[in-house]
Amino acid sequence: MVTRVGMEVSLALADAVKLTQPDVIAAYPITPQTHIVEHLAELVADGELDAEYMPVESEHSAMSACVGASAAGARTFTATSSQGLALMVEVVYVAAPMRLPIVMAVANRALSAPLSIWPDHSDMMSVRDTGWIQIITENGQQAVDNTICSFRIAEDQRVLLPVMVHLDGFTLTHVVEPIIFPEQDAVNRFLPRNRFPLPLNPDRPVAMGEFAPPFIFTETKWAQEVNLRNSKKVITQVWEEFDKAFGRKYTPVEKYHSDGAKVLIMTMGSSGETASVAIDELRDEGMNVGQIRLRLWRPFPFEELREAVKDADVLIVMDRALSFGGPGGPFASEVKAALYNQSKKPKIVSYVISLGGRDVTVSGFKDIIRKGVEIAEKGSKNEYEIYGVKE
Amino acid sequence: MEKYAIYVPRLVKKEEKFAPGHRACIGCGEALAIRQAFKALDNNVIVVNATGCAEIFSSQLPLSSWELPWIHTLFENAAAVASGIEAAYKAMRRKGIKVPENTKVVAIAGDGGTSDIGLQALSGALERGHDFTYICFDNEAYMNTGIQRSSATPFGAWTTTSPTGKKSIGQFSWKKNMPEIVAAHNIPYVATATHGYPFDLMAKVAKAVATNGPAYVHILSACPTGWRSATDTINRQVRMAVQTGMFPLYEVENGVYRMSLDIPKLRPVADYLKTQGRFRHLSDDAIARIQKRVEVEYQKLLEKAGHGSQKTTQRKSRAGAGKISA
Repeated sequence: MVTRVGMEVSLALADAVKLTQPDVIAAYPITPQTHIVEHLAELVADGELDAEYMPVESEHSAMSACVGASAAGARTFTATSSQGLALMVEVVYVAAPMRLPIVMAVANRALSAPLSIWPDHSDMMSVRDTGWIQIITENGQQAVDNTICSFRIAEDQRVLLPVMVHLDGFTLTHVVEPIIFPEQDAVNRFLPRNRFPLPLNPDRPVAMGEFAPPFIFTETKWAQEVNLRNSKKVITQVWEEFDKAFGRKYTPVEKYHSDGAKVLIMTMGSSGETASVAIDELRDEGMNVGQIRLRLWRPFPFEELREAVKDADVLIVMDRALSFGGPGGPFASEVKAALYNQSKKPKIVSYVISLGGRDVTVSGFKDIIRKGVEIAEKGSKNEYEIYGVKE
Repeated sequence: MEKYAIYVPRLVKKEEKFAPGHRACIGCGEALAIRQAFKALDNNVIVVNATGCAEIFSSQLPLSSWELPWIHTLFENAAAVASGIEAAYKAMRRKGIKVPENTKVVAIAGDGGTSDIGLQALSGALERGHDFTYICFDNEAYMNTGIQRSSATPFGAWTTTSPTGKKSIGQFSWKKNMPEIVAAHNIPYVATATHGYPFDLMAKVAKAVATNGPAYVHILSACPTGWRSATDTINRQVRMAVQTGMFPLYEVENGVYRMSLDIPKLRPVADYLKTQGRFRHLSDDAIARIQKRVEVEYQKLLEKAGHGSQKTTQRKSRAGAGKISA
């Protein structure tokens, strides 16, 4: 028996973490991640979740404690955002090559300066080369489901990599949405106990995190890369099994009216749902337009993306981050790289939107799509467009 | 000490937790102190090593000097990683997940990793009250990167970033009093030790690890490379540091201070300073300044330990495993 409950997404995500029965949660508060960790602290305080809640003194120590806990074989969770992610990034880099299956929720938020507590993707882009699996969610249900899936993916013996679950700050973390909660028994069946193969254990001493001279360093990095690339297959399998168990399916690239569409808008995160409404309205008006939503940012789903856009003439790629002095948004960059060597490739228009929480509404997306098509036809001297900026 | 020579092999465990073949410099006091510290412990220990000399000379893929489970991640986070391991064991044991009983977590770091870059993580872990031991192997500068000053470098010492010159005496600030900073966290056990007094060191490390809650041991470790001193005199040097009052040996157990060594009269600091090239440039005036400071600090410590003036006090060494003679 499944029930839908109206609930703030942060609390729902924390309840999803509870369903996974973690052993250690180490976190430092930062807006807009706070409701997630506050609720976890409450669940532990009320005895509803049997875990060690570590209220550490910084995000750097939060991830460091997670690294220690995970290396000891514990199921480990943390959550952060923006400056917190930036502060912990040194440790974030360490977790992946040490093959530690930590799960971290990231409430996406802009990076200072100027200070902004509102959402964009500049924080998650700053950690895209850390070797973590990065899953992007668009609504509360996806955040709940993918939190559960993330532990299964991370702890799979073929993967053993940390996973970030991204959800946009405020527009997702602080809204109330109807959520279907899986039953505890079903989650237990889907997510067996973490069996980290070589934990820190006096009965079987191991050395973890030794330094690597040049004769072996490249091999360690290549092993990490091969491992992350291969994880995509497992991620897809886990999503398929989740579908079998719970009836909701995820794929690395998700399509919305995209088959046969000549114009595609490509989105990441919560603004994708607003864009979908714009797609509906434009299609009603007779425009052959569809949408691609990226679910998996790392490992980047090159094959799935190429397949999804093969019939399109125009791609309009939405980025909520800016690569300063670079070719535009990071997402558009990746899409261009994925398609450059293809014999048939669409025109790609890069749009940077919604920095630091500025809303783009349905009419805004319609405007972007119309302008994007125009740019694709006539060309532009700009590397990318920045939407709605007051110059 | 001489009278112990024939008994020493019987008083310490033969088993090495820190195996030979590592890459420490000749005469490394830290390697010796690590060997002593872990000889004092059983095999139920997980070692968390901060980046630094010890991490580098004991690890290189695919080799290791450690006979214990060992993890290194970064420079400043040894205490935080250790606290995560401790929390993991606590949670897993409570939840009935099979983990070895009575597992102890020992974090080790240098003076830079402790009193500079790792101070925040250490303070956090102490404040949260994790059951772990933190050992600072203090060789009084960033030796691994090439003898740069840290906040634990003593006043007047030459280092590559506190060079002596027309306008510089060398290190311009007084050594940060790390054991006192730790003691201010009101943790159950704080101690200072040095490899020149091995039985005292081993007794304190064993006591620290047996303590329920956070424990801290600050171990002065000679570095001939960075101190510009002879490699065959390291134990004499650190003993001189103790006997001049520059590095007093003491314990703080549940807030109670206790001196570990009976020193009826401190030797002049010059006896210590003159054995090391890093202090060679110091003028008599500078040495007199250091002498005065050491006396003031030593007196403060004696008062905390419930002793009066060190000049008038004649105390007996305390009984027990830490018994040592100067």
